[in-house]
Amino acid sequence: MKALAASLLVVSVISMTSHAAEYRPITGGTLRTALPLDGDTVEVAAYQLRALPVSQQEFKRFVLAHPQWRRDHVTPLFAGQGYLSSWKTPQDFAPNLAAAPVTQVSWYAAAAFCESEGAALPTWVQWEFAAAADETRQDARKDPLWRAKILGWYETLSLDVLPAMALHPANVFGVYDLHQSIWEWVDDFNGLFVNVDSRAQGEQKVLETCGAAALSLGDKENYAVLMRIALLTALKGQDTVNTLGFRCAKPASKK
Amino acid sequence: MSIACCTWVVKKVALPILALAVCAAFAPSVFANEAADALPVETAVLLAPPNVPAPITRKTPAKVIVNLTTEEMVREITPGTKYTFWTFGGTVPGQLIRVRQGDTVELNLKNLPSSKLPHNIDLHAVSGPGGGAPQTLIAPGNQAKFTFKALNPGLYVYHCATAPVAMHIANGMYGMILVEPEEGMSPVDKEYYVMQGDFYTPGAFGAGGLQPFDMKRSIDENPSYVLFNGASNSLTGKNALTANVGDKVRMYFGSGGPNLMSSFHIIGAVFDRVYFEGGMKFQEQVQTTVVPPGGSAVVEFVPKVPGNLTLVDHALSRAFHKGAIGIMSVSGEEHPEIYSKNANTKSSE
Ligand SMILES: [Cu+2]
Repeated sequence: MKALAASLLVVSVISMTSHAAEYRPITGGTLRTALPLDGDTVEVAAYQLRALPVSQQEFKRFVLAHPQWRRDHVTPLFAGQGYLSSWKTPQDFAPNLAAAPVTQVSWYAAAAFCESEGAALPTWVQWEFAAAADETRQDARKDPLWRAKILGWYETLSLDVLPAMALHPANVFGVYDLHQSIWEWVDDFNGLFVNVDSRAQGEQKVLETCGAAALSLGDKENYAVLMRIALLTALKGQDTVNTLGFRCAKPASKK
Repeated sequence: MSIACCTWVVKKVALPILALAVCAAFAPSVFANEAADALPVETAVLLAPPNVPAPITRKTPAKVIVNLTTEEMVREITPGTKYTFWTFGGTVPGQLIRVRQGDTVELNLKNLPSSKLPHNIDLHAVSGPGGGAPQTLIAPGNQAKFTFKALNPGLYVYHCATAPVAMHIANGMYGMILVEPEEGMSPVDKEYYVMQGDFYTPGAFGAGGLQPFDMKRSIDENPSYVLFNGASNSLTGKNALTANVGDKVRMYFGSGGPNLMSSFHIIGAVFDRVYFEGGMKFQEQVQTTVVPPGGSAVVEFVPKVPGNLTLVDHALSRAFHKGAIGIMSVSGEEHPEIYSKNANTKSSE
């Protein structure tokens, strides 16, 4: 009960003090990634990440300011049929809660939103770096209890109306809801494993990536992360999912 | 290589990381299409297990459209205990697909918007890398289509191949596709569809409440449930299979796994024929047949006397402690010359 009250307070502080979203500094460092890139680890430069995913309220404000992203105006190239389809009208997010994460947004719409606040969608490794943390540790992924808790969310059925955010404590970076709330878009969801220049190298390259990847998967036991990757891999930029939202990232502040 | 092809390859490169089954993204769905366009088109009738779609009477190939959904749902795994199942079409196993050798199958897979997870389908009847998995990986609310030619007759497993594959299978995402040989199958009186699967929960069998999936137990291959058709009572009580004395019974039996091999046996019957491993060859006079995870067998027998026949995995702890038990209730005339119900050696009169 106490935790719930505290987290509600956090929500109201974050959403009511100003329209400017809270970004948290993320230290960056060496990440043991679930993706087989060129090695098992990747260097992640310091960056800032939104403390919370973008809310219904925030997305409504965006849609009002940028009517080309209303569901009745958007070009189908940028958003499929499910885009904001749970909204009562193109400008009213009811029956969703104002403080709930916005979902049913395409990658294009999410990217445009982030741009509107001077940010971008996080890259996969930025997302993965922040999501490796729990409340006390920067990398909690080896903890079976932590994993079980996250898997528990995947195991539960989708809700028709998502609850408000920050119902669980923030992680060590002060970032909420990277798990147990929604799926999240990342900037490079569609090219996670490929160097775009490799297309000229044809099938050989692809098969090589494929075979090696399956065997050397960086974090084979981190099923929670694998499921994220599987979902992102299933998507096209205009697709929307009832439980897929997003948050934004910025370069580390210069100070 | 054309531009279109290369673009597609780049998009698909992301797929193979997820699982070996999703590897090699090159199943060509183009080669069959021109010839298939001239074929008569029919939509497959799909029935919930243990029911089986009617035999195929066609003597020529067709284009068969199969519409499958992926659905996530909570229901009882045993009375008093619930489990979150991931399914094809809302049942475990998923509906039996019945086609004829030489048919071109257009498989439409739709992941319901209410789903939380992405899913796909790998059919063992497909000749081509991934068995359809790379083409059908879809997020909730989306759909995909792919086409293949059913070249080989036999009884084949299909399953979800989305990472982590064992978890999707352990949650119930498997079923079978029967590819009838060109010459058809011999007529029988009853056909049934049964698949065994192993399920992993933190609580023991019948612990009560809503039990989550237990990844550790799955990796350790230590199931709390071993079931026919996804629930301990799916083939017992009012759900028992039925037959009459003298009926020719054919059962399409498969093992979804993800881990356990089944020693399939029916207490009180001898299989006249077992088309072992789901293929075209049969063995005769079989008591127990072994069915590997991701494999199948077609068994045929004739109940000789009335009463209950009991389906089990003859690794019997699974039958009597983990749920792998089913009943076929046989009605009809007694035949005391074959089987005497009065235990005459115990007579006290
Ligand atoms: Cu699945």
